[in-house]
Amino acid sequence: MAKKRVMIVGGGLAGLAAAMKLAELGIDVDMMSLTPVKRSHSVCAQGGINACNDQTRQLGDSEWKHLDDTVYGGDFLQHQPPVKEMTDWAPKIIDLMDRLGVTFNRTTEGFIDRRRFGGTLYKRTAFAGATTGQQLLYSLDEQVRRWESEGKVKKYEFWDFLGPVLDENGNCRGCIGQDLVSMEIRAFPADAVVLGTGGCGLIYGRSTMSMVCTGSAASRAFQAGAKYGNGECIQVHPTAIPGADKLRLMSESARGEGGRVWVPRAPQDTRDPKSIPEAERYYFLEERYPEYGNLVPRDIATREIFDICVNEGLSVEQGRQCVYLDLTHIDAQELTRKLGGILAIYEKFQGVDPRFTPMKIFPAVHYSMGGLWADYERTAEGGLQLASPVNQSTNIPNLYAIGECDYQYHGANRLGANSLLSCIFSGLIVAPGIETLFESQKGAAADLDASLFSREVKRHQAEHDALLKRPAGHENPYLIHQELGEVMTKSATVVRRNDQLDAAYATVMELHERAKNCSLSDTGNWTNQNVVFTKALLDMFPLAKAIVKGALQRDECRGAHYKPAFQMPSLKCEDHAGRRREAEQWCDRFDENNKKWLKSTIATWNGNEPDITYEDVDTSLITPRPRLYGLVGAEVIEEVWNERQAKRQAASGDQGNGAKTPVVAGAAS
Amino acid sequence: MADTSHNGHKAPDSFEVRILRQGGPGQNSYWERHRVKHEQDMNVISVLQRIAANAQTVDGKSVAPVAWDCNCLEEVCGACTMVVNGRTRQACTALVDRLLEDNSKEIELQPMTKFPVLRDLMVDRSRMFRSLQKVKAWVPVDGYYDMGPGPKQSREQQEVAYPLSECMSCGCCLEACPQYTKVELTQRDDESDADFQKRKNAAYDSSFIGAAAISQAVLFNSHPTGKNTAGERLDALMDEGGIQVCGNAQNCVAVCPKEIPLTTSIAKAGRATTIHAIKKWFDR
Repeated sequence: MAKKRVMIVGGGLAGLAAAMKLAELGIDVDMMSLTPVKRSHSVCAQGGINACNDQTRQLGDSEWKHLDDTVYGGDFLQHQPPVKEMTDWAPKIIDLMDRLGVTFNRTTEGFIDRRRFGGTLYKRTAFAGATTGQQLLYSLDEQVRRWESEGKVKKYEFWDFLGPVLDENGNCRGCIGQDLVSMEIRAFPADAVVLGTGGCGLIYGRSTMSMVCTGSAASRAFQAGAKYGNGECIQVHPTAIPGADKLRLMSESARGEGGRVWVPRAPQDTRDPKSIPEAERYYFLEERYPEYGNLVPRDIATREIFDICVNEGLSVEQGRQCVYLDLTHIDAQELTRKLGGILAIYEKFQGVDPRFTPMKIFPAVHYSMGGLWADYERTAEGGLQLASPVNQSTNIPNLYAIGECDYQYHGANRLGANSLLSCIFSGLIVAPGIETLFESQKGAAADLDASLFSREVKRHQAEHDALLKRPAGHENPYLIHQELGEVMTKSATVVRRNDQLDAAYATVMELHERAKNCSLSDTGNWTNQNVVFTKALLDMFPLAKAIVKGALQRDECRGAHYKPAFQMPSLKCEDHAGRRREAEQWCDRFDENNKKWLKSTIATWNGNEPDITYEDVDTSLITPRPRLYGLVGAEVIEEVWNERQAKRQAASGDQGNGAKTPVVAGAAS
Repeated sequence: MADTSHNGHKAPDSFEVRILRQGGPGQNSYWERHRVKHEQDMNVISVLQRIAANAQTVDGKSVAPVAWDCNCLEEVCGACTMVVNGRTRQACTALVDRLLEDNSKEIELQPMTKFPVLRDLMVDRSRMFRSLQKVKAWVPVDGYYDMGPGPKQSREQQEVAYPLSECMSCGCCLEACPQYTKVELTQRDDESDADFQKRKNAAYDSSFIGAAAISQAVLFNSHPTGKNTAGERLDALMDEGGIQVCGNAQNCVAVCPKEIPLTTSIAKAGRATTIHAIKKWFDR
């Protein structure tokens, strides 16, 4: 019998973590990537990686509080057991990365330094300058190279994943790949296929994501029958630098290190920002959210910046939307030491030194919280059954999803510095599960009848050849991509309205039909980037439809999904008794809404459109509570809600799983 | 409409881009001109994106779009290195208005010359990753189970290590190095992929390793755990194609986009290999 192998698609943090751990377990790994793995999108992550640590612990922090911040930040849309396991592992993951040589910033005594990030009151975030993602990725890349030199990992770089190979029982037995240089299409038999292929930001045209983040691999799995969860949950990062080719991230760490967001109180004040006196500046995040200030969760910061520019007309510039992100009050040397990397990016692309001139920034599409549906096996304590082959598995047997391309960890909104953690964690945890899977499998995929694979190769080859032979003079794939980006950005980002989403869905359907009529400007069969892009474009549509349809149907506000028509109201009464009454109604409505909408959106592909169903969310560890940031009457709602919780708890007794029902904390009172 | 570049010069409505193209390995290269409409905040990537969307030469001839390599567009992935107006750099940080200040008529793009061209501006830099294997550029940990934190390190140590660890394998230092020469092999008809890879690795291993990998060896030799296998890295640096090939031209440090102190690394590696050689001689 041939030895069993795993194919990992994607060599970012998640894929590399999985490869390294599998190799340690003695399992042979193939790794396929659109780009040399060292150039994966993980390098763009700047700010850091979260974990409860010795210092925060003594200030009252715990893994449980990290879990609480994560699910509260995500508006309770994620299953809690995987998140609990992740936050429990977080300190250990920092230790591991430290051992692997990540150049984390140090305190004067030599400990790993930490900074504060959005959505928490603790300094949990370890960082390596402002290129933490790059540094983490390099350490994993180095370990995988070590295994590669020993023959345990074989890399296929500049290869495109065209789709899984499913046998007659619907089990995944490998995948089809295409060499982006020679254009060769071939099959890779594998006993497990792991997708760690990242987000799908390119569906929005320009985003903070890298050029490989088309979502095509996830889409190909989706079209082969994998479920896609919470597609509509797309994070728009509050602070990015607008650009012609992409929107470049300005890390949350700029605010973590004390950066302040403001606009002049006078619209489009033409004075040099540094000459504008304090009294004439509007620090709108600090004024509206006194407790969290500039470090409110991302969805809220994004909406406020959007609101200040679009609704209040206070954009710094006349013809372009942007606000100031100001670091100039901080010592320049300290800025260089802690934020050098990101400040250099701003200077390189804008020609202005942000240590001395406030930056101009605006929100941009940044992260896909949604993604391939993934499963987990829960323990009685509410964590994960380690080494269970169910963890991270999609609904297609032997097909796994990890990292940003799964939907597991971030609910409706991701906290800053939690993505690097979820990527490494999901990569590490999938490995022992696959080891268990292999123990139960009979036979190896490489020993299967070759016709299963040759049939799939033939099908993909025929599709490829047909594309090349398309007659000239029809649609231009690059222009269709632009149109898709425009409609998606307009309808499915910061503020969502059903009339716009309705129209957008029709437009996306129409663009999809037009895209099927694309003509290629390159009909050759050597390093043909034109055909590769066109295929990726075609595969953007199923996900775009899942995003728009999911957003259209979800009639509520949750995390990054903000539909003002369904917003929970502020309290209006002036007197306390009136407010109490309103707060009671508010809490009733909150409960009602959760009954209806505290559910994962599950899309399945029917060949032309996504069918949407809903699944319950495991919120057994931390009872969902309202996010009250900035609401008028928040303190009264909090009071009423806490009383109700206390009553419920008394009525049901201990919940039996160690779960605590925390009271509302962190409201904007 | 013409807009103005950052220093107030009037930018042209459009400009020409001269690109050195090549259909594939072993084929002849040729220059081709394109005209691109000027837009605000353009870089060379957006120029190539415009050309891809409308691949026509200045004579109105439809051609295949230009192939190039890119990913992050933030100068942290290293993918889009090419020779822009005669200088090796990342295309993403090559801002059009700056380039037009030097020459308002045209921008010239060529592939790197020290690596085999796959097509147009796309080259094969796998030799760089092979070099990282050769110097064992990793921390030799026991495994990935939870063993507590790594060795405590001072802020000074971190501040020396961090710049070295920012190397993104972009290849600028090698493009600029007089001693680093192109190694390009062709697969024989009767040769398997595995055999061809073996032959390539052997050719890479005996050719100059270059500044990037030398600096990585220095990085890991200074790590508290990496130190344990310092001798193996120094052996690699003393091997054929090792540090002795360096001609001290110091071009590498001048072109590094991350301003990594490459010549300092080379000097450190030079001293360490000398001491290592003497020790080995005494230990014989």
